[in-house]
Amino acid sequence: MSENGEREKILRRIREALTNPAPQPGSHGHKPHSTAVPVEGFAHWLPAVGAGFDAQADLFARNSVQLKSTFHLLESEAAAAQKLAEIALAESWKRVAAHSDGANGPSTRAMVSALKLPGVWTDTGYNVHEMESCDAGVSECDALVAQTGSVLVTSRSAGGRALSVLPPHHVVLAHREQLVADLPDAFALLERKYSGKYPSFIGFITGPSRTGDIERILVLGAHGPKKLTILCW
Amino acid sequence: MATGSSQQFKTDSKRVAGDLRHRGLIQTALSKYETSRDLQKSAFQDWQGARQAAAERKWDAINHLDQYLVEFASKLEARGTKVHWATTPEQAREIILGIIREAGARSIIKSKAMTAEEIHLNEALEKAGYSVVESDLGEYIVQLRNEAPYHIVFPAMHLTRGEISALFTEKLGSAPTENPEDLTMIARNILRDKYISADVGITGANFGVAETGMISITENEGNARLTAALPRVMITLMGIEKIVAKLSDLALFLPMLATAGAGQSLTGYNSMYGGPRMQGECDGPEQYHVVLLDNSRTHLLADPEQRDALHCIRCGACLNVCPIYRNVGGHSYGTTYSGPVGSVITPHLRGLQEWKHLSQASSLCGACTEACPVKIDLHHHLLQNRRNAMAQKPVRWEKMAFHAFGFLANRPALLRALIPFGRLAQKFQWIVKGGPLDPARAWTETRDLPPIATKTFTDQWRAKKRAASSKEPVQ
Repeated sequence: MSENGEREKILRRIREALTNPAPQPGSHGHKPHSTAVPVEGFAHWLPAVGAGFDAQADLFARNSVQLKSTFHLLESEAAAAQKLAEIALAESWKRVAAHSDGANGPSTRAMVSALKLPGVWTDTGYNVHEMESCDAGVSECDALVAQTGSVLVTSRSAGGRALSVLPPHHVVLAHREQLVADLPDAFALLERKYSGKYPSFIGFITGPSRTGDIERILVLGAHGPKKLTILCW
Repeated sequence: MATGSSQQFKTDSKRVAGDLRHRGLIQTALSKYETSRDLQKSAFQDWQGARQAAAERKWDAINHLDQYLVEFASKLEARGTKVHWATTPEQAREIILGIIREAGARSIIKSKAMTAEEIHLNEALEKAGYSVVESDLGEYIVQLRNEAPYHIVFPAMHLTRGEISALFTEKLGSAPTENPEDLTMIARNILRDKYISADVGITGANFGVAETGMISITENEGNARLTAALPRVMITLMGIEKIVAKLSDLALFLPMLATAGAGQSLTGYNSMYGGPRMQGECDGPEQYHVVLLDNSRTHLLADPEQRDALHCIRCGACLNVCPIYRNVGGHSYGTTYSGPVGSVITPHLRGLQEWKHLSQASSLCGACTEACPVKIDLHHHLLQNRRNAMAQKPVRWEKMAFHAFGFLANRPALLRALIPFGRLAQKFQWIVKGGPLDPARAWTETRDLPPIATKTFTDQWRAKKRAASSKEPVQ
């Protein structure tokens, strides 16, 4: 088809265009700058993050307040399981969606099964209508990012693409070791973990779904979850 | 003399600039934005350093665009994505229609994509008999109104909740409400069904990562996430300039886009997609198509002086700070991309002579250049567009006027001799002021020229020197 022809035509136009060099970036016609990636990375320009777990967990908690997500730092897996049961009871969940245990993640299957609620396991495919009718989606994650209060998920770690966005309440189960300082660390983790075999979906989730499209007034739960809860132990 | 676009711009600007209701809405919306943007900027350890780094990363990507695009496409293809290339809007529309036909699709859900606005995709799909629903709340609202987005980030910024309520009542049959949350829930409930029943999901892209062959989408609502999760065919329409070299570059660009664009530390959902559902994955589309759009971007690329305009990450920061945008509003421009960056790139994308008037719609205050997170030299590019337009097609009377001014300015004695005539002429200016006979009508219609001083600066200076020398003689 002629589509391949367009590829070559576009690339040719680009190469012709680039024969004239452009001035150095950000110079506005004045002094030149280097274009090398700084060896120390981007971290020292981004918002500061303290060292150590306590400082970072504290920052994650403060960011969660800003974002209107709920962060529970718990003592043990048993405490997390109990917290999950409390939430399910308080919100009178009738149905729950979840996925089974990830490779190194928490014992998700046991914790969700303990709720004794009907629902959907996404592991080998699911019916969308059934998931849509669930009160909550429970998933694991790849990391929590202290700098921004974000949850890093992938289709592999968090039960596919829809589980973390379709039900009205997304509950994340995370281990303490999964807390990373900042965005550069989160991307470094992705590279270490998946390089060469990335899942088809990677996502940073920063707070519950939100919109400001009507008079810039914040409304939660625009299309995705109205609530985001992170249980970390 | 004036082209259609230029006349339309003048007429609409004049109407909107005098609309106090519009002014109130925009000032409220943008003052909220300014407060949160400044808060987020101050959280950066070095915002200026980050801007320079972002400019350098985009410079590298754009100035090696051929290599990175090839890498991007081959990485995507290796994972079963079909990559399409389109020079023109017609080609892009044909490719997308072809995919939809082949899939036997009926309904289409779409998340926000300015590239789709650029090629008038919705009209083409509807003309071909498909129903397409915008899923971003703001886009959904303007789609119901049959309008173009008002702003590249805040599409419905020009509407009050009352107007949105009336619109929903009329088009959706919902009960009137002034509560933004209720209004949002009305849209949420309707759109939920659309996601589930749609066969095809269409998205835009904020970034294309060459290194890993992924597109990155930034949004707050989760509508793009659902668009990419549920339909069995996913299509991404992406401008070729969206490329960044490395996945880790996003560690810089995502927070900068959020900060400059909406005053957030990070936007609600930042999602990267590299292909269709893989083996072992439980959901996602069976087919994934990426359509790469040129649409005259290579024309802009060929101008090294303004090539950095392709660094634009479409955050909208330059619109938000622009005194012209804030007064004339987003629709007056009559372009897909409005505000300073739109005024810079539209002449390249759609013709210099037809769109040169946008470069004049600037006070050259430079607020746009200062606001730009990737340091595009916006206000100088507006000057360059003016220069290029004039060189390409000189305006006779403007040239003559400047010649006359140059002639006079070089002959101070003659200029001084003419000043009393100016004072005299000003006495009679009221006869023509603002009327059809006034050559400076566009300016004088709404403004008064201050009276020419009875004593010029030179007169005063001489008088002062004379007075001084009569008191204490020069040694």
